[in-house]
Amino acid sequence: MNPISSFAATRRRVLIGAGAGLVAPGIFATPTTAVAQAPQGAVIDITRARTDPVPVAIPDLAGAGDAARYGRDISRVIQANLRNSGLFRPVDRQAFIQTPEAAAQTPRFQDWRVIGAQALVTGRVVDQGGQLRVEFRLWDVLPETQLQGTAFTAPAANWRRIAHLISDVIYERLLGEKGYFDTRVVYVSETGPRDRRTRRLAIMDQDGENHRFLTDGRSAALTPRFHPSAERIAFMSYQDRGQPRVVLFDIGSGRQQVLGNFPGMTLSPRFSPDGRSVVMSATRGGDANIYIVDIGGGRERQLTSGGGLDVSPCFSPDGNQIVFNSDRGGDQQLYVMDAGGGNVRRISFGNGRYATPVWSPRGDLIAFTRMGRGGFAIGVMRPDGSGERILSEGWAMEGPTFAPNGRVLMFFRESRATDSRGGGYSSRIVSIDIAGFNERPVATPTDASDPAWSPLLS
Amino acid sequence: MSTRLLGAVAALGLLAACSNTDQNAAQTGGGNTIRPGSQEDLVANVGDRVFFDFDSSQVRADQRPVLQRQAEWMGRYPDVRVQVEGNSDERGTREYNLALGQRRANSARDVLVASGVNGARITTISYGKDRPAALGSDETAWAQNRRAVTVVQ
Repeated sequence: MNPISSFAATRRRVLIGAGAGLVAPGIFATPTTAVAQAPQGAVIDITRARTDPVPVAIPDLAGAGDAARYGRDISRVIQANLRNSGLFRPVDRQAFIQTPEAAAQTPRFQDWRVIGAQALVTGRVVDQGGQLRVEFRLWDVLPETQLQGTAFTAPAANWRRIAHLISDVIYERLLGEKGYFDTRVVYVSETGPRDRRTRRLAIMDQDGENHRFLTDGRSAALTPRFHPSAERIAFMSYQDRGQPRVVLFDIGSGRQQVLGNFPGMTLSPRFSPDGRSVVMSATRGGDANIYIVDIGGGRERQLTSGGGLDVSPCFSPDGNQIVFNSDRGGDQQLYVMDAGGGNVRRISFGNGRYATPVWSPRGDLIAFTRMGRGGFAIGVMRPDGSGERILSEGWAMEGPTFAPNGRVLMFFRESRATDSRGGGYSSRIVSIDIAGFNERPVATPTDASDPAWSPLLS
Repeated sequence: MSTRLLGAVAALGLLAACSNTDQNAAQTGGGNTIRPGSQEDLVANVGDRVFFDFDSSQVRADQRPVLQRQAEWMGRYPDVRVQVEGNSDERGTREYNLALGQRRANSARDVLVASGVNGARITTISYGKDRPAALGSDETAWAQNRRAVTVVQ
């Protein structure tokens, strides 16, 4: 399977944005002029890029009039995406010798080589009366070869998505793995004093742009998770003063629907990889057990039983196993079971309590929260429990969520209150590479918790 | 007399408007009478909450008398229905603490029932770690937050 052809196949799909003004109308990626003149496969190894980020020159895309503004803005978004990944180092624009216009015609490789660029992104934006046609080319500077050439046509309002799509193409072509830039994050926005907080769902692009609220905050919303289509969300809602419930939320229409028919509280939902069901916990008396609920028919099947608290279930990406959190052994630990509920085995054996397991979309790792007396940590381990690595530690943090390529995590970090009135407390989303480097704050307009990363939107 | 009564009613309305977990007798001061069978009555004369040890939902021996007094009190006011709200401290994860809060509420409920209250008069709910009563980040605050609060409906 060579990356170029798989890329071309996905790009030919018509990309439909969700309705209701979330993404303006739709974005059409048209004629994929994938021109490959270079050897197949990754140009740079990810492990190497972590220690030695790839120097890439991203001049403004050329264009006339309004198109020039879009060209500049698109190139800035690409630059920020690549820089924030920690795997690329955009070359300082001040150093550029060749003009963007000339580079868009024919790159003079010597000019880019001398300023240390290993890869070069050039392109042109043409305004076709409200539609933008954006052509871009990715060049390998040393051998002077074109790695990729692609054109996108989309309504001008979707210029950011074009920038994210281009960023994903660059990431994939240079590193040999899919990117994660054309994605969104849903999270819980928190405002007000800590004992009377308003908790609303909010959604934004992966880079914090296009932020908007999804719920009004009258009922507290917790723990949102994306459906594999990225068009629906499951979350926990304190609605109607009754028992908190897992609710399905349609992003396009805003419609909400309580999932399942349980007498007690339902919590900690996650979709199955095929999107047809939700695995979640339901309390009965003092116990919490794990159930699978079909979205369509509402059929329920109980997977765990007994006197413990079984919460935070998450499917493996192949749908065959479920990792979850249970205190059945005395304190919180991680367990894996078959998707039918059998063959339960404990996988966490380090110091402290373990919680919030989440399976990487690549299948190779499980991320978790570890709690000790001194502080909390976010880490990863293999699905059999071996190879535990701590990525970040602090006073309080939890709730890891993987980027769709399994290379980056977001989670939220809380600071310790410094007085008895809760002063100094904050809750913020951060992102980190799964190798434990490049921890960065994710900007949100309010305090934030429970991030959930969407799949790729296209 | 009627003004005093009005005062009590007004105070009640105020209480209903706030989150109803943290009232104390001081809010009903100023000469207002406490209506028998009300939340303020429960708070002032019985005690509306019990506390738990870290990561535990067992009702402690020193807390059991509070629930037994609540049961006697509910026996005096047979029309009163309550909701028991379970809560945790901040030293845990959100989802697990929601379940832990539910288990604490349920433990408190079980003692009320064992002490003679009809279970149909009691509902439970959990807020996990998301509605702390004390806002500090120290053991004193955490001990106050690991609680089950009985709230008159």
